[in-house]
Formats: sequence, structure tokens, C-alpha cells
Amino acid sequence: MIIQALAFYLFAGILTLSALMVITARNPVHSVLFLILAFFNSAGLFILLGAEFVGMIMVIVYVGAVAVLFLFVVMMLDISFADLRKGAMQYVPMGLLIGAVLLSELVLVYGAWSFVPGVEQNLATPILRFDGATNAESLGQVLYTDYILAFQLAGLILFVAMIGAIVLTLRARPGLRKQSVAAQHQRKREDVLEIHKVTPGTGS
Amino acid sequence: MVIDLEHYLTLAAILFTIGVFGMFLNRKNVIVILMSIELMLLAVNINFVAFSAYLNDLTGQVFTMFILTVAAAEAAIGLAILVAFFRNKGSIAVEDISSMKG
Repeated sequence: MIIQALAFYLFAGILTLSALMVITARNPVHSVLFLILAFFNSAGLFILLGAEFVGMIMVIVYVGAVAVLFLFVVMMLDISFADLRKGAMQYVPMGLLIGAVLLSELVLVYGAWSFVPGVEQNLATPILRFDGATNAESLGQVLYTDYILAFQLAGLILFVAMIGAIVLTLRARPGLRKQSVAAQHQRKREDVLEIHKVTPGTGS
Repeated sequence: MVIDLEHYLTLAAILFTIGVFGMFLNRKNVIVILMSIELMLLAVNINFVAFSAYLNDLTGQVFTMFILTVAAAEAAIGLAILVAFFRNKGSIAVEDISSMKG
């Protein structure tokens, strides 16, 4: 039990510190790297909670895809980030005020959380239903049966997002030599081919 | 030294507040604002998984995966808009994105 508590405080501490570094780092590349650290530590917390599949998905999707996408864009855009920080301090008092109010409200609500007695009867998918199955196996049994519609819709969302990202970043570049299949098929023999009768001995 | 649900909920609350504060702190930088949104979604995910673990209900983890999907889609679209905007305006400052204002 003490190991679990120590692991929780380690992961939670690094998670909070790296989240703070994400928003305060001067260099956005450092922000992205601290974001990756935060995702790794939250994956550790998920594994600590017994949700190892979600933890691994966290590492794969967030670190492997989202954070790398961020890093790619940050490095691709040629921006002076120092100019973007100029004058940012004027919003800090308001942000601190709103943050303090939000945090105190959330902690007041969450700080003394207790479940109503008998909540076990209202669970949608109790873990005990899949006794002995691993986390990934039981997640699959729920995801592909009870939540199949939501699963398909999530796939649709990803598909639309992929097409949207391609359409948004595609641009027509002038002077590019492209294959036009329609033009190729419309070529007639007479347009491109001439036959000359050459009389022998005249040299032309 | 027992780690309760309240510990996870408080951690998620702190993380969410950091995300909100990050939007104020980096008001001009769209990239860091997107990263703050990711932090807030991460806080929501921690809440879902913590409730799932302490209630012995698997639904929270299922919904965590849906939030993950939406977060990935949102990051892809947001960064694509950012790249398209940077090509047109040569800047990503938030106050330059106001050409629709009357």
C-alpha cells in the first residue's frame, strides 16, 4: 500500500510540475516535450488505477501521434515566439483569479466525495461481470457490443478529421506538372500524328 | 497512506485549472492554447478513469477512449487550421485572426 501511495505521489507530482512547465515554458518546443512527460505520467497513473489498456493507448495516441504532431507544427512554423509572449502578463491577474475560484470550487466539490449507498446496483458495466478477464479483454467485450454505435461514430469522426486536415492544408501549387487522365484519353490520333510521304532520293 | 478517489479528483482539478490558466497566460499563442486544451482533456480523462476504478464500472474507461478520439481529431484539425492560417497571414497571433470583425 505504501508503494502505491509513493507511486501516486511521484506520478502526480511530476504530472503537475510538467503541466505547469507546459504553460510557462518560453520555448514551445520545451512545452511540447513537457506535454509528452505529462502524458507519460498520466499513463502511469492509469496503470496504477488498473486501467492498463487506456494507459497504453494514452502513450500510443498522445505521445506517438498528438504530441509528435504538435512538435512537427511548432518546428515547421517560423514564428518569433518572443513577440507572442509580449503583453501576456496583463491577463495573469485575471487568470489567477479565475483559476483560484475554479480550483477552490472543484476541490470543495470533490474533496469530500462519497458514493450513495447502493450505487453498486446502478453500474452500467460492472468489472466483476468479466471475472478473470484482463482489462483489454473486458474493454473489448464492452466496446464492441454495448457501445458499437459510439465506436463507429468515433471512427467516423476520425475519418472526417483526416479528410478535413488534408483539405485544409492542401494547396494548388502553380507550375506543377500533373497527370490529367481525361486529357490523355481525349487525345485523337489526328491531333498528334502526321504521316508524310517521303520520296526517296530527294533528301527531305 | 491510502490513496482515495479524492486524491485523483483533486489532481484532476489541479490539472484542469492549470489548463484554464494556461489559456490566460498564453493568450496570443494558439499552439500553447491547444496544448492547454489537451491538458484539460487529460484532466477529464483522469476523472473518468478514477471513477471507473473506484466504482468498479468499466464504462468510464470506454468513454476515456472516446475522449481520446475526439482529442486527437481536434488536435489534427486545429493544427491544420493553424498551418493554413500561417500560410495566409504569416502569423499565428490570436489578435490577427479578426478579419471577420466588422
